[in-house]
Amino acid sequence: MSEFSIIGKPTPNVDGPAKVTGEAAYTIDMTLPNMLYGKLLRSPYPHAKILSIDTSKAEEFPGVKLIITGKDTPGGKWGLWRRFRELSDQQALATDKVRFIGDPLAAVAATTEEIAEKALDLIEVEYEPLPAVYDPIEAIKDDAPMVHEDFPSNINATRHIEWGDVDKGFAEADYVREDRFVLEAAHPCAMEVHNTLASYDKGTGRLTVWTSTGSPYFVQQNLAEALKLREGDIRVIKPHVGGHYGGKNSTMPDCVNAAILSMKTGRPVKIVFNRDEEFTTTEHRTAQHMALKLGLKKDGTIVAFEAKTITNGGAFTGLGATTLYLTGTFITMPYKVPNYRFDGVRAYTNIVWGTSIRGFGAVPSKYCAETQLERAAHDLGIDSLEIRRINAVAPGYEAPGQYKFESCGIQACIEKMAVRVKEKWPKVEKDAGIGYCAFAYMSGGIFNWIDTPYAYSSAHVKVNFDGTVDLYSQAADVGQGHNTVAAMICAEELGIGIEDIRLHMGDTAHAYTDLGAWGSRETLMNGNAIKDAAGQIKQKLIDIARLKLGENIAYDLVAKNKRVYLELRPERGLSYYDLVKDAIRANDGVPLTGTGHYTPHNKGMISPAYGMGIMAIKAKVDRETGHVEAQDVLVVHDSGQIINPLGARGQVEGSIHMGLGYGLCEEMPMDQGMLLNPEFVDYKIIRTRDMPEIEILDVPTYEPNGPFGAKEAAEATIAPAAPALANAVYQACGAEFFSNVLKPEKVLKAIKEKEKKDKEGAKPKTTSKAKGK
Amino acid sequence: MKRELNIAVNGESYNFFIEPKTLLVQVIREMLGMKGTHQACDSSSCAACTVIIEGKAVKSCSILALQVNGKEVTTIEGLADGTNLHPIQQAFIDNWAFQCGFCTSGQIMAAKAFLDENPNPTREEIQMQMDGHICRCTGHNMINEAIQDAAKRLQSRDAAKRLPAQKKLQPQKWAQTAKSGKGA
Repeated sequence: MSEFSIIGKPTPNVDGPAKVTGEAAYTIDMTLPNMLYGKLLRSPYPHAKILSIDTSKAEEFPGVKLIITGKDTPGGKWGLWRRFRELSDQQALATDKVRFIGDPLAAVAATTEEIAEKALDLIEVEYEPLPAVYDPIEAIKDDAPMVHEDFPSNINATRHIEWGDVDKGFAEADYVREDRFVLEAAHPCAMEVHNTLASYDKGTGRLTVWTSTGSPYFVQQNLAEALKLREGDIRVIKPHVGGHYGGKNSTMPDCVNAAILSMKTGRPVKIVFNRDEEFTTTEHRTAQHMALKLGLKKDGTIVAFEAKTITNGGAFTGLGATTLYLTGTFITMPYKVPNYRFDGVRAYTNIVWGTSIRGFGAVPSKYCAETQLERAAHDLGIDSLEIRRINAVAPGYEAPGQYKFESCGIQACIEKMAVRVKEKWPKVEKDAGIGYCAFAYMSGGIFNWIDTPYAYSSAHVKVNFDGTVDLYSQAADVGQGHNTVAAMICAEELGIGIEDIRLHMGDTAHAYTDLGAWGSRETLMNGNAIKDAAGQIKQKLIDIARLKLGENIAYDLVAKNKRVYLELRPERGLSYYDLVKDAIRANDGVPLTGTGHYTPHNKGMISPAYGMGIMAIKAKVDRETGHVEAQDVLVVHDSGQIINPLGARGQVEGSIHMGLGYGLCEEMPMDQGMLLNPEFVDYKIIRTRDMPEIEILDVPTYEPNGPFGAKEAAEATIAPAAPALANAVYQACGAEFFSNVLKPEKVLKAIKEKEKKDKEGAKPKTTSKAKGK
Repeated sequence: MKRELNIAVNGESYNFFIEPKTLLVQVIREMLGMKGTHQACDSSSCAACTVIIEGKAVKSCSILALQVNGKEVTTIEGLADGTNLHPIQQAFIDNWAFQCGFCTSGQIMAAKAFLDENPNPTREEIQMQMDGHICRCTGHNMINEAIQDAAKRLQSRDAAKRLPAQKKLQPQKWAQTAKSGKGA
């Protein structure tokens, strides 16, 4: 808005010059003198006992420097659910048995990558295959093979959420319907694969790690546990990261094994996954089953809602247990649900594990809830937008014991959508339809299963004699543009320019803790910490200006446009640069410093703030081939006060692209635990020709918990894309979907079912029951 | 049996003895140490490693270095004129046409070869040309807009060159990037 000098102005990426010239260094681009290359030997079986491993032939191969197996590792287990030790289930190398195809069981360090790969072929392993389980419903049966023997069952985590009186709610409903869904997995597909460069200093016993991660802090914690070192003896540096999308939260075997190999050889070691390893052994969006029961009044008001899910967790926990919990909360947003019950189970299975991929919790759950709501609206003869409008929350809405919306522009978003849709698509052609989905998503998580004893976010600001500013934080730019946002917030608070800020981000040795880039947390949480730190320095400058100006104490002073001046009499003020010099002189020559932090308190269980809005997609169906074309996207979005409109648009565009992929083409078919499409040739990502144009309208609000009123913009818009698309197809031809990925064969089948149903007449649906009252 | 490779990269001549199976991307990244060209797949299907060989955009992972013997190669490192960014690079910055930036070098090099052939493309023509590139961050639209914007910038630059009497365009300094930019 006009009161800001920098916030809200389209600002090109501060990393731009480095990224368009090829100078930006990613971990994958880095080497160190005397460096060795590491490779991991991976299991070909989904579940098998390791009877023996013979590395002798491989060790003799010229260029091989070291081979380790499970017994050579420090043996520490790690995970992101540190608060519950039994869920710290990851290990460097499998010891007794392998749990999925790709589970690593030996690591090689060699002088070249080629030699390391050849050595893998020479390692002889004797396995005893065990019965395996791939489906979560099978996995929780009593006679299912156990994935972790030291765990009571294959139930990895459960979650129950309830408020109101659900049974009473359903009894009062005029209309109740039940639907079952099967959601398919999807891979984050970061362009830079997981990779790590580790360097151990024999003299000091300290380890430095460069790795492609979203959270240097998580890596530091996890490495300390895996290697049985002190956290403080491990330094983690996050260079530029070539894509994250939630797939780089967990510390993976590349990182831990590179560290172990470096500690044992005394030389730097680098491990880079190939694309096949990336697909088959790194985390993906969890496949799951879901059953929903929705109770409405005749006018469409939601009176009761019940959700049950069982997720295909895979072999380890990751942030999958968090995903389960968030599934149970985001599925209700942004609607008033007076009576609600959720039961979720995450099952261990013999596949690679699922976790916190972009929009986690919301993406599968909103697909189910919003396609169900659409069918209910159709049955009751209520307009698609109207049913969303009458149920949408208002500012101050609270889901008992779970979450509360402070800033909340959803009603204004729906109203704006209603107007714009009529202008944009006055007529819809044959076999085309418009589908809607309302959405909300967190601005950083409140839950603390990582069990950090530190503030959630911290920042340190140092102002030098010449007025330049050094900003230190562990916060991670993973492409989302947080470096730009951080510089903008710091510059706005100090009243200076972005060109005055030097960023030192993502290094555990330089800054206090920030939990990293996940759950859309950096803008709000790290932004608050930066504003706090910079604000402390601003106050020092204002104090000195007050002394020097000698004005009436009733006047307020502001820092803006590189000056500190009286708010009501801007001509009376002093230069920022002069004030800095005075302040440092007055401080015995010590540069001005401020250390800020942010930890949410008393803001519910989920998040201090929620981005929200509504999306409409116009899609066309080819009844002959079943091909669905997403023709046009319109989204009305409340992100509070947007910090950088350029970056925010990038986040929304990118989210919709990934969300459409979830709805149209991305899938991970497996056979006996083996992924069938572990390459970009077969794993279909939407390319530019199939990408519709996107119109984004903003409904600005002021979020009291965010820096300058800001909240998330990075993830809310991924979840609505697939359900809006499915709803558009439903509007176009009546085809109903109970699973994502609208491949032509699935669409043709759904159209046939619809035609069959029409022929049979207007009998009530098997999946729903209309209750007369 | 190693073979001799003579290659010019970004205007500089190099001479190596290499295994015949060596790929161009390996020469660029590992032997020349130019890490701006990225590789994101092992199946020739992402186009992140695109470079320009005598005017044509080529995936450097899908061509043997010896096939380029005696030819001129341009990588992302060779696009800027000293400290002045190429108009395509500047357009990518001003249009937020990258996020993580990992596929960006390939996108920019492909756009360069394309705009040299078709200086005024439509959205659809850009889509047809750039369809081989995977980008997981941007959703492609902002890249498309950057290429259209770059086309305009190149045309006005070329027009300025043709009419030397006219006022010279401001050189595009890196430090200026924070000032410009297009609204969302």
